[in-house]
Amino acid sequence: MEGGSPPTASIPHSARAHPSDQTAPGAREELLRGILAEIPLLLGVIPFGMIYGVIAIQSGLTPATAQAASAVVFAGSSQFAMSQLVAGGASGLVIVVSIAAINMRHALYSASLAPHLAHLSAAWKALLAYLLTDEAYAVSIGHLQADGPRTHRHFFLLGAGLTLWTAWQASTALGLFVGARLPQSWSLDFTLPLTFIAIVVPQLKDRAGLWAALIAGGLAVALRGLPVGMGVLLAAVVGILAGTALERRQA
Amino acid sequence: MSMWLTLVAAGSATYLIRLSFIAFAHRGTPPVWITRPLRLVPAAVLSALILPAVIAPQGAVQLWPLSPRVLAGMAAVFVAWKTRSILLTLIVGMSILWLAGLLLPG
Repeated sequence: MEGGSPPTASIPHSARAHPSDQTAPGAREELLRGILAEIPLLLGVIPFGMIYGVIAIQSGLTPATAQAASAVVFAGSSQFAMSQLVAGGASGLVIVVSIAAINMRHALYSASLAPHLAHLSAAWKALLAYLLTDEAYAVSIGHLQADGPRTHRHFFLLGAGLTLWTAWQASTALGLFVGARLPQSWSLDFTLPLTFIAIVVPQLKDRAGLWAALIAGGLAVALRGLPVGMGVLLAAVVGILAGTALERRQA
Repeated sequence: MSMWLTLVAAGSATYLIRLSFIAFAHRGTPPVWITRPLRLVPAAVLSALILPAVIAPQGAVQLWPLSPRVLAGMAAVFVAWKTRSILLTLIVGMSILWLAGLLLPG
């Protein structure tokens, strides 16, 4: 996995280059930084996963299918919607279309990451696509876009993605097992929007970004009556187009 | 059985959406008409997730009187702007949310 490093067996221990001697951070360091970057978000993700586990059971899913959904679909808000639809007796087709619509925003993440992952093998692309979530994208995109050597940058995304994946599977299992709600008065769900604020605000350095954010946010509020996920997707697309148009006029 | 089929179909659809652009991107610098909008993706999508959760958590917009969530959200924007720290933003935001929840009616 650590492409570029010499075969260690043929080199005396003392002659091995220290990781800090290299200009680009090594794979292990990038992986660790990705893990560390993701950890604060788990404060919101773990209660979210536990609540999902509880709701899935109450909606009539078996523990096996509820847990499998966390591994196969691996997208929180769409799994909540799935539980609601199952409880309401929706058909399989309606459930599949709803989940796809809710998760359509990931196409934007995919497009945003694509130039930074273009040099990787098909296996890497397949793995990182599976781990691509709101939370992993949010902490990684700034790092992937930054200037400088990028030999092992994808390990950062891998670390963030695996951390989130592990927390999501474990918290789902815990929710299924415990079967009791976390105290709602703690409002731990609010740590997710707070985390996204901490990530977005420092990025709003120019008018195009600021307007894209304001228009997307305002529209998402206006469109919140649409089915889950559709409002967010539409609002984001309009915000991006508006910001791009503004940028082009200034350029 | 049909629930398992549904899961596999939904999972495949979600995976293909995630893979879409990553799979087809090639080496080289993409043209500016592609990179320019893509630079705005994080700000736009994350804001579209943030704002409804802050000002309309139950579905109805509540801006005035200030709700604990709006107060905490505004404080979080300020802390994030000044410190760029996720942890500090979380600490200040959640503290204000809990404090305002105790002090404000409703």
